[in-house]
Amino acid sequence: MSMADVIVLEDIVKQFTMGDTILQALDHVNFSVEEGDFVAIMGPSGSGKSTMMNILGCLDRPTSGKYYLDGKEVAGLSDDELARTRNAKIGFVFQNFNLLSKISAQQNVALPLVYAGVPEEERMERARKALEDVGLGDRIGHKPNELSGGQRQRVAIARALINNPAIVMADEPTGNLDTKSSYEIMEIFKKLNAMGKTIVMVTHEPDIGQQTKRILVMRDGHLNSDERLVHDYVQ
Amino acid sequence: MFNESIKMAIDGMISNKLRTLLTLLGIIIGVGAVIAMVSLGFGVKEQIKDNISRLGSNLLIVQSGGRTATGARIQAGSGARLTYDDAKAIEKNIDGIKYVAPIVSKGYQLVVGNQNWTSNVQGSTPNLIDIRDYTVEEGRNISDRDMDGRDRVCVIGKTIVDNLFPEGDPVGKTIRINKAPFKVVGVLGAKGQSSNGQDQDDFVLVPLTTAMNRMMGITYVNNITIQAQNENVIDGVQAEVENLLRIRHRIKNADDDDFSVRNLAALMDTMMSTANTITMLLGCIAAISLLVGGIGIMNIMLVSVTERTREIGIRKALGATYNNILLQFLIESAVIGIIGGFLGVVLGIGASYAISTFAEWKTVISVPIIIISVVFSVGIGVFFGIYPARKAALLDPIEALRYE
Ligand SMILES: Nc1ncnc2c1ncn2[C@@H]1O[C@H](COP(=O)(O)OP(=O)(O)OP(=O)(O)O)[C@@H](O)[C@H]1O
Ligand SMILES: [Mg+2]
Repeated sequence: MSMADVIVLEDIVKQFTMGDTILQALDHVNFSVEEGDFVAIMGPSGSGKSTMMNILGCLDRPTSGKYYLDGKEVAGLSDDELARTRNAKIGFVFQNFNLLSKISAQQNVALPLVYAGVPEEERMERARKALEDVGLGDRIGHKPNELSGGQRQRVAIARALINNPAIVMADEPTGNLDTKSSYEIMEIFKKLNAMGKTIVMVTHEPDIGQQTKRILVMRDGHLNSDERLVHDYVQ
Repeated sequence: MFNESIKMAIDGMISNKLRTLLTLLGIIIGVGAVIAMVSLGFGVKEQIKDNISRLGSNLLIVQSGGRTATGARIQAGSGARLTYDDAKAIEKNIDGIKYVAPIVSKGYQLVVGNQNWTSNVQGSTPNLIDIRDYTVEEGRNISDRDMDGRDRVCVIGKTIVDNLFPEGDPVGKTIRINKAPFKVVGVLGAKGQSSNGQDQDDFVLVPLTTAMNRMMGITYVNNITIQAQNENVIDGVQAEVENLLRIRHRIKNADDDDFSVRNLAALMDTMMSTANTITMLLGCIAAISLLVGGIGIMNIMLVSVTERTREIGIRKALGATYNNILLQFLIESAVIGIIGGFLGVVLGIGASYAISTFAEWKTVISVPIIIISVVFSVGIGVFFGIYPARKAALLDPIEALRYE
């Protein structure tokens, strides 16, 4: 475990009990992600990618094993402590955007800051800036259903970044987008990564995976392979 | 955070107008009903108080015929009746009394020329005018001389004047009461209707002795009305009157009284407590509708939590704690309670005015009740919001995010 590792997983097991059968969704997974890395998790459906992301994102706790996020063990935290950890250290991007439909893009982006206790004026100002950064400076007043899929995902990315998290988690962020929008989103991720953000994303699409720096392949709850990619685009 | 929650709650209410309105309606009607019903109850109380204090709360009325321990009235026995002498004895022997008026009364036809009128003629002492709060406007009251002489004289009220002396100026003229001529010696100032709708000016007073001996031919009186000097001595006076009459009527210790003394102050207490019970009852019935309104809030909040499961999941993923979510939903239901409460107050006050205007019932709007029912409706909003809010706050973020 190097000092620069943002994520360290040790022997993570996640079991689901359904009636009297126990399903082992994660089976002794070990890996770490160092700061500034850009990781794609791939693998067939049902292999445990989302389960893993939920644990990495502090939405769920492992059945056993240790998880160090930013040097701190989080597996034993209470619900509220996990909520605060999500708020302060993790930015989420979901496949289906998960924006609140009744409020504007700006208010959506500002939402994590509500729970961080940032005053309204500052929240709105930071949200406006974050939207400008993802190229939506002219859409801050739009509601999610007045935006295209790609634009919605960019709003979600702005929201994920608003509280300056240690890590951005994205579960199939391009899964609902056409190729062109997918590539635009990937450009944003690459830019963020180039600026030093650590990013972990799940994807099914090999060409999307190829744009990251490292590909983890999962199969039946195991880590099957761990491949580092060398790119010519890396500045 | 708090401001945000209030803003979110109001935004949520606006975006679901019809539903909000229906939920509010439950609370509005509940609070409105409580206020209107309690106002009505308080109105009844005021009315009773007015009526009795107009009669005089320092009055004792002695009637012949006693009451058994269970309160059943015993018909006056043979000879065991109240007499003028009883009244005189009371006046002579008991302290703390202002006036004593033994009264007999009977309906007679009054005739002047070709005018006639039927009225209840009272035979009493001159004191009755004072006890009943009349003023002599023209002429004079009946006097002790009239009493001694059993003179055929009378004092009459305005209604009698209007009906029998249309051209006015009755003093000195003669009325035939039951065919016998009575000289009108005085006219009373108008008093108008009593609070229970009786015409107090339809009044004829003749000397007690005249009435008993020359008109009715009786040796007893119908009742003895006693005015105590003030309300504080009234219970003492009542006890002494009862004592004296038991001695005078030779009633043995174990036997029931053959007379009864009605104490208007005690009557007022009884009626007030009845009115309080009525108020409570009306208030409770109305409070039930408030409770039903509260259940309506709970119902809507539960629907709202289910509908917004995904929103809750998103908020939790972004860092909302248990308390954040709890507060959001509690504030929403409290806001319904507050708005419903205030609109309910408006409705309740409006309804009270409507009742007093159209039904002509007296209503008294009570500020404490308004405050209590608003506080109560906010309380109901919060109370019935707790369960749904807890349900929301306890949602598992992953489950909630997955909810379709
Ligand atoms: N809450 C749950 N209860 C029971 N079983 C679950 C639960 N969540 C996931 N699983 C099971 O765990 C396994 C891994 O699921 P997971 O969602 O992590 O797969 P995935 O790799 O994300 O698949 P996909 O690519 O289709 O999204 C699956 O067999 C799934 O049925
Ligand atoms: Mg998945």
